[in-house]
Amino acid sequence: MKRYFSRKVFIYILTFFLAVTIDWLVPRFMPGNPVQNMLSRASIQSDAAEVMRGYYTKAFGLDVPLWQQYLNFWQAIFHGDLGVSVYMFPEKVTNVIFRAVPYDLALLVPSVLLSWIAGNKFGAFAARSRWLDNTILPITYLLRATPYMWLAILMAWSLGIVWGIFPISGAYSFSMQPSFSFAFLVSFLRHWFLPFASLFIVQFGGWAIGMRNMIIYELEEDYSHYLESLGAPRSLVRKYAFRNAMLPQITGLALRLGQVVAGALATEIVFSYPGIGYLLLQAINNQDYFLIQGCFLFIVIGVLLANFIIDVVYVIVDPRTRQGMEGT
Amino acid sequence: MALKTDDLRVYYQTLKGDVKALDGASFTLEDGEIMGLAGESGCGKSTLAKSLILLKPPMKYVEGRVRLDGEELPIWDDEKMNSFRYKNVSIIPQYAMNAMNPTRKIGKMVKELLKSRGISPGEKRDELEHRLDLVDLTRDVLSMYPIELSGGMKQRMVMVISSLLDPSLLMADEITSALDVSTQKAVSEMLVEFRDKDFIKSLIFITHDISILYQIADSITVMYAGKLVERAPTEEITGRPLHPYTKLLISSLPKIGAKYTEEKLEGIPGKPPELLEPPEGCRFKNRCPKKEEECDEEPPFREVSPGHKVACWKVKKDVS
Repeated sequence: MKRYFSRKVFIYILTFFLAVTIDWLVPRFMPGNPVQNMLSRASIQSDAAEVMRGYYTKAFGLDVPLWQQYLNFWQAIFHGDLGVSVYMFPEKVTNVIFRAVPYDLALLVPSVLLSWIAGNKFGAFAARSRWLDNTILPITYLLRATPYMWLAILMAWSLGIVWGIFPISGAYSFSMQPSFSFAFLVSFLRHWFLPFASLFIVQFGGWAIGMRNMIIYELEEDYSHYLESLGAPRSLVRKYAFRNAMLPQITGLALRLGQVVAGALATEIVFSYPGIGYLLLQAINNQDYFLIQGCFLFIVIGVLLANFIIDVVYVIVDPRTRQGMEGT
Repeated sequence: MALKTDDLRVYYQTLKGDVKALDGASFTLEDGEIMGLAGESGCGKSTLAKSLILLKPPMKYVEGRVRLDGEELPIWDDEKMNSFRYKNVSIIPQYAMNAMNPTRKIGKMVKELLKSRGISPGEKRDELEHRLDLVDLTRDVLSMYPIELSGGMKQRMVMVISSLLDPSLLMADEITSALDVSTQKAVSEMLVEFRDKDFIKSLIFITHDISILYQIADSITVMYAGKLVERAPTEEITGRPLHPYTKLLISSLPKIGAKYTEEKLEGIPGKPPELLEPPEGCRFKNRCPKKEEECDEEPPFREVSPGHKVACWKVKKDVS
């Protein structure tokens, strides 16, 4: 057991190291230069610009050779310092990210969890009802196949613009400041609903389809036939099938939860929802090395953590993994 | 008499039409009898076993009656059949290695299965442990997952589970096929012991390996292409096989002491017929060395001497 986990931990550390290295490399391969961008936006005259360029290049630590930058980067990470945002200069990247994270969590955690629970229940149910299998399930296939962006825009257009039921932009009304008042909460929920619903619908379909197929597969497994041969009632056979069909779904859920901090890029862009996804887009558009790195670092940590949790959960729920563990 | 089937026909539905996998099986099985059911792959052995316990699509009941201990078995009615399953008829399936739920501890699975059949697991606890001793399994297996057992152990565990409610008829479907020869013998002898101890009244032992049947079976039934071709007590059929197919089958077994370096072991030339549209008359005629015109008509399955039934036109002439 110990050996299994120490090996796992080693692999996770190695993965983290590689992922973070790539995270550092990729923004620097982008054509252009963040300081240049910043100056051109400010449209400063040439002489002053030279001075400022020197100043900012130094301030962001871009004046030293690349290998030095790389080492500095690692050093800073271990001090919890992700640098200063270029785009929102002089704010710290950590502050910018922490401001966006609550919106991601509020949007994604409920949509992922609720769609997972509802989708699995529905999928298992549809697997034994020919009627549902022939009506609702094809609709979920259609929703799955629809480009998400288009679906979200359609929802924003119909419910937001044509019928005007829901606002379509921001996380709360522009005329408000975040507070714990009732009016703010209502405004927040109204803005939250459309992005939530669009995510829920699409993910619901995915879970339902997966569960339906898994259940049908499990019901054809030998252990199901054996139970039937011995006259076990349908409820017991289905209970076993459901439990075993859940295993891959648990993996799927954990992976999905790991990506929660990454936000939902398309959703947040369509609905201008100020989560990490939206932030990342801004960062890339502005060549904000440090903000891009910061966002990706969060995503990497989230995914790795989620994977690690699945490894542990699997050992608990599936005896077959325990076997492999003792074997090595 | 424990089991009596009468002209049982069970087909498989396919897109091309019905595959006549079991085409008119009539036989009786006495109390306490171990019947070996032999034949090559695809001859309908497993279909016969499955149709007696779980007849599910694509299998299709066509006709025939089955009586067990004087009661009619409603094999065509999945719901009504349920009260007979396990309690009266039980099976050790061909896939015994995968028959247990991989994510449940074996003891828990048995408990849940018993409870679902309305039997208190506590009542059966002693019996279960007693039988584990009989098949050389420790009681610890009940707190293990199937994956922690070897293939032979799983097989024995399934034997115990399947026979736990003392069914009148137990069917063992190719249970020795995946085992090595020494384990094969041990497993078969355990089943004989189960019969001797009255856990089960009668046993149908399905295999394609006649040499095992010689050791444990009281009688042997040979099937060919969906039909019964010969049925007789073990001594009789191995010593004096009458049907040409049985003769060839037995002569193709290696004999103790014989050396096969110089002459090769004989096989049966040809292949069994397609069961989608089987030939008229005797289904073995195309491979039969004694084929004559009358074989185009279907031979009846008749008794030629006491307890010895054969379906072949030529046999009558040999005897008379």
